[in-house]
Amino acid sequence: MSDTVIQEGRLDRRDVSWFVDKTVQVLMFVGGISAVIFIVGIFVFVGKEGFSFLFEGFSFTEFFGSINWRPTSENNQTFGALALIVGTASVTGMAMLVAIPFSLGAAIYIGEFATGKTRESLKILVELLAAIPSVVWGFIGLTIMNGIIIDLFDIPIGLNVLNAGIILGLMAAPIMTTIAEDALKAVPDKYREAAEAMGATKWQMIRQVVLPAAKNGLVSAVLLGIGRGFGETMAVLMASGHSINIPGSPFDSVRALTATIAAELGETAVGSDHYGALFTLGIFLFIITFLINLTADLVVKGIRKK
Amino acid sequence: MRSYLKMYSLLLAVIMIAGCGRPEGGSSRVVLQNKGSDTLVNVAQAWAEAYQTVNPAIAIAVTGGGSGTGIASLINGTVDIANASRQIKESEATTMAEAGQAPVEFIVGYDALAIFLHEDNPIQEMSVEQLREIYVDGGSLERWSQLGVTVPGCSSDEIIRISRQNNSGTYAYFREAVLDEGDFKLGSRDMHGSKDVVDLVMNTACAIGYSGLAYATDEIHMPCVIADGSEECVFPTVETAIDATYPIARPLFMYTAGQPEGAVAEYLQWILSSEGQCIILAKGYAPADTVDCSPASM
Repeated sequence: MSDTVIQEGRLDRRDVSWFVDKTVQVLMFVGGISAVIFIVGIFVFVGKEGFSFLFEGFSFTEFFGSINWRPTSENNQTFGALALIVGTASVTGMAMLVAIPFSLGAAIYIGEFATGKTRESLKILVELLAAIPSVVWGFIGLTIMNGIIIDLFDIPIGLNVLNAGIILGLMAAPIMTTIAEDALKAVPDKYREAAEAMGATKWQMIRQVVLPAAKNGLVSAVLLGIGRGFGETMAVLMASGHSINIPGSPFDSVRALTATIAAELGETAVGSDHYGALFTLGIFLFIITFLINLTADLVVKGIRKK
Repeated sequence: MRSYLKMYSLLLAVIMIAGCGRPEGGSSRVVLQNKGSDTLVNVAQAWAEAYQTVNPAIAIAVTGGGSGTGIASLINGTVDIANASRQIKESEATTMAEAGQAPVEFIVGYDALAIFLHEDNPIQEMSVEQLREIYVDGGSLERWSQLGVTVPGCSSDEIIRISRQNNSGTYAYFREAVLDEGDFKLGSRDMHGSKDVVDLVMNTACAIGYSGLAYATDEIHMPCVIADGSEECVFPTVETAIDATYPIARPLFMYTAGQPEGAVAEYLQWILSSEGQCIILAKGYAPADTVDCSPASM
């Protein structure tokens, strides 16, 4: 009798483990919602700084229709972002041309062919590639690639869409490889066994069974790579030539949205039109990256439902 | 298990208390914040280092970032001295005056803005008018052959314009002195620092760029420059910057919020003394006034 009383009393006792339990619970909760708080906080901040310009000095046709980005002009300030948007899009497009074959090939090799030690060391190497800081990539573009491209194609300057695209492609490839490989791994082994039982060669099996089954995961890998390309700043700033220009070929210099913000924001008077315009570029980038990530997420969800 | 937890919490508490109780840098050293122009950052650092031997009680923290950044920080009150390679804008001065701290200007030296060409470029002299036609919006010069030269290694003949990001002091001064306040032609490669301009021109046969004379290297070719309405072609040197015969030379400024007092005043006075002025001369800029820096005079 007295035993049970003590037992019940123990359950209610607020001893050290009870407090530890509660504290950890609160910490976990804060950790869980902090990402949401930060995202909302960033959006509110960027929006607050950009909106003053959006509602006063902003002209939709100038922003999206003119290449005249002259934010510090003495007599005729204009904020045309068309060249910057085209610049970002062209570099990202070039990057995908480089990254898709590389990362898809690497994922198929790691996922389907390599075994044992080869496979493990390859995976580590690919992840190591993702650890190189972007300023190092940019420096490679500025110094090494510039000279190589000038010599190879006999053009006056090697800081262009091609240079930035290759650098950015190599930067986006590791994350794309990792996600694509996960997608291939998610295809059940019984598919492969069934294909082999039907007498399919390895190539036939990969092309006609595994790749179609992993399609959604592969698409989301590409979309995340595109998101990476849109958001990358330092490497693009250094390798693209940073020149306001609508590119007619891969050998033309361009300027990216992110690079413009990075180069100009530090020296802009807070609250000026120029400051607001840069934050408007930020809002635009935010929306695009958000849409790309959302699409990638929906595509991945598509697999799970099946 | 429970005793472990107790130990951990005790340990945690001790660490936290120790963290709170740490004294906040007990020394009585004065640290002056000095920020601004990338053109001036090298010499500002040299000044700060040399001043350590003059007055060890005052430390000077130097950061670059650009003239605009320096002046913005001065307005916000986070620095004691702002370095600028352009004069303070009227709007910036008004903002400061309204806050009760009108800016005080010190000219600490002069800088010649050199024109940089690839070392294989045969051009020996350029006029300010030619530079304007190359850089200004609507300007007519696009190819080297229009200047009457063929540049070896530049098969496309195109003039590759290298410029600076649009809020650097160097960019603003070039626009004022060469472009007659006109706008820059779009499509120039806008580098983020004087050193990047030099590096790129060194490796690009078709290129033309501009930056402070102090950034010039041996592998770069600098033409002499003819002013508007003049016959004489003047090379960018410290001497021609001092006597103002070189057409694109600019004063370099330091700004304080209100009349400087105490340590800031002493430091600025030392910079303008012959000792400080010989340091700026040694760094490749021209001093604010003629000084004798020969070893005998020191």
